[in-house]
Amino acid sequence: MQKKQKFILLALGLVLGVVSIVALGMGAYHIPSADILTMLTQKLHLGSVEAVHNMQGDVLFEIRMPRLLLGLLVGAALGISGAAIQGIFRNPLAEPGLIGISSGASLFAVLIIAFETFLFTSLAAWIGYYILAFGAFVGAGLTAFLVYRIASKNGRPNVTTMLLAGIAINAFAGALTGLMTYMSTEQQLRTITFWMLGSLGGATWDNLRALAPFILIPVLILPFFGKSLNAFSLGELQADLLGMRTDRVKRWVVVLSTLAVGASVAVSGIIGFVGLIVPHTVRLMGGADHRFVLPGSLLLGALVLTLADVIARVAVAPIELPIGVITALLGTPVFLYILIKDK
Amino acid sequence: MLRVEKINYEVNGRKLLKDITFQVRKGEILAILGANGAGKSTLMGVLCGEKKPDSGAVHLNGKALSAYEPAALAKCRALLSQQQQMTLSFNVEEIVLMGRYPHYKNTPKQQDYKIVAETMELCGVSAFAERDFLSLSGGEQQRVHLARILAQIWDNPDALLLLDEPISALDLHYQQKVLAIARALARKGFMVVLIVHDVNFAAMYADRILMLKNGRKLFHGTPVEVLAQKEIYTIFSVESNVIMNPRTLKPYVQLEEMDIDLD
Repeated sequence: MQKKQKFILLALGLVLGVVSIVALGMGAYHIPSADILTMLTQKLHLGSVEAVHNMQGDVLFEIRMPRLLLGLLVGAALGISGAAIQGIFRNPLAEPGLIGISSGASLFAVLIIAFETFLFTSLAAWIGYYILAFGAFVGAGLTAFLVYRIASKNGRPNVTTMLLAGIAINAFAGALTGLMTYMSTEQQLRTITFWMLGSLGGATWDNLRALAPFILIPVLILPFFGKSLNAFSLGELQADLLGMRTDRVKRWVVVLSTLAVGASVAVSGIIGFVGLIVPHTVRLMGGADHRFVLPGSLLLGALVLTLADVIARVAVAPIELPIGVITALLGTPVFLYILIKDK
Repeated sequence: MLRVEKINYEVNGRKLLKDITFQVRKGEILAILGANGAGKSTLMGVLCGEKKPDSGAVHLNGKALSAYEPAALAKCRALLSQQQQMTLSFNVEEIVLMGRYPHYKNTPKQQDYKIVAETMELCGVSAFAERDFLSLSGGEQQRVHLARILAQIWDNPDALLLLDEPISALDLHYQQKVLAIARALARKGFMVVLIVHDVNFAAMYADRILMLKNGRKLFHGTPVEVLAQKEIYTIFSVESNVIMNPRTLKPYVQLEEMDIDLD
């Protein structure tokens, strides 16, 4: 990796660290950064959960910290999956949603919300949230799997067909989702809408612990595909000729992205644009080498989402805006600027 | 040594290659000639592993293509395709360095950088090293790809170089240069299989010529043996007059003009 690229990664990491500390302090209840650092070091030294009892501590560790960690995880997942999918499709405008992950997740979530009364009468209320998240995760996996199978001939996936199948499945799932919303009650509709626009508000240590592996593992494995994805940009035939085992690469990238993004959608709803603009921005900063773009997108994705969440919490405090709205509002002008400047 | 034995390839009931058999020795340049649809690109597809033949086998240096590990095969076979679409912007040196991927795991070695510098110099693209690949002209991009695939097999004189109409996008100077590079490599022991449309380029640079028609091998031999009026008419349906170049003792094919009357 070139010096400049290493420097950018380092800079991103540092900025991320600073923004994280600041983000922990911001919200309807403000905590000064100095206090945050004090409490964090206390926690690390004394090591026990009971160490900090005052209101600041509770807000920090029970509410803000899991929320920050979720934002970092989801942002990283969306960023790096976006970069990997763009590498596979050899298209800087591709993103994981294209292979049906988001629409599948949302369809299953909406189905569950719409039929909740039917389900929840027989189950305890707290299971409801987990069913929703699990359903979304299953939906993401099923649609991605379906798209992948449709596009594969003799076990070899064709990326163009994958793209087309993804578009078709997305449209279909979108139509079904629309139908469901039409049939929902007022309350259900509000839940659906809020879910479709994304929120990190559902972060708790419990669901973080449950979903972290599904996000962390893919996010940590994907950077190792840097060299393969570079070869991919030469075309699949050339990548094969360079000994890259393209079928294996395609399979792994789709599976890992589905896991990471599916799990993210399951916890935080649909958050758009991150997977699209983050990798593009990283490329503009330091070139297209995937060995740089993948980790860069991981860091920048985490950074962008953390910032977006701060805005979501602070802009009209104490009301929270859905984070998907923020990413779209900020993302669209940035995206358009990129497009225009690139000409 | 490249041994191609009884290759048959069929798609949707149409036989594109019928019982193709030939050999290419070390240090030999074989040019494949034929009209459009004769099966040249299909044959190249079989040689580069893109297409699996229905029957028959290809053996490279004594081993069937299917028996090779992908990484090992990458070190002894490289293909320069026709124009290639690239969408992500790498710089030129990064792309040529990709040719060395089969040779290093995570970090390129000194040797890799040296080879990349040599092939870029040979293909006249050293000046573009830091430039965005997408900003180059079609011909310049093609030369960068050539530098890359040369870098891929540069240090393996037993390797096979496949050139699929490599010069269509290039100007006269670089058309000749690419073929001269192929010949220089052949002198070092490399095997070269090349598809060209220009019969005279084949005559000048190839050691032997394979002529295909309707998926079948019709003629195979040295330029003197196979480039004659009758053979050229059979393969290309054009009238020609073949004379011998007294200096090089190679055939020169003069094409007769075609005349069409619209009344």
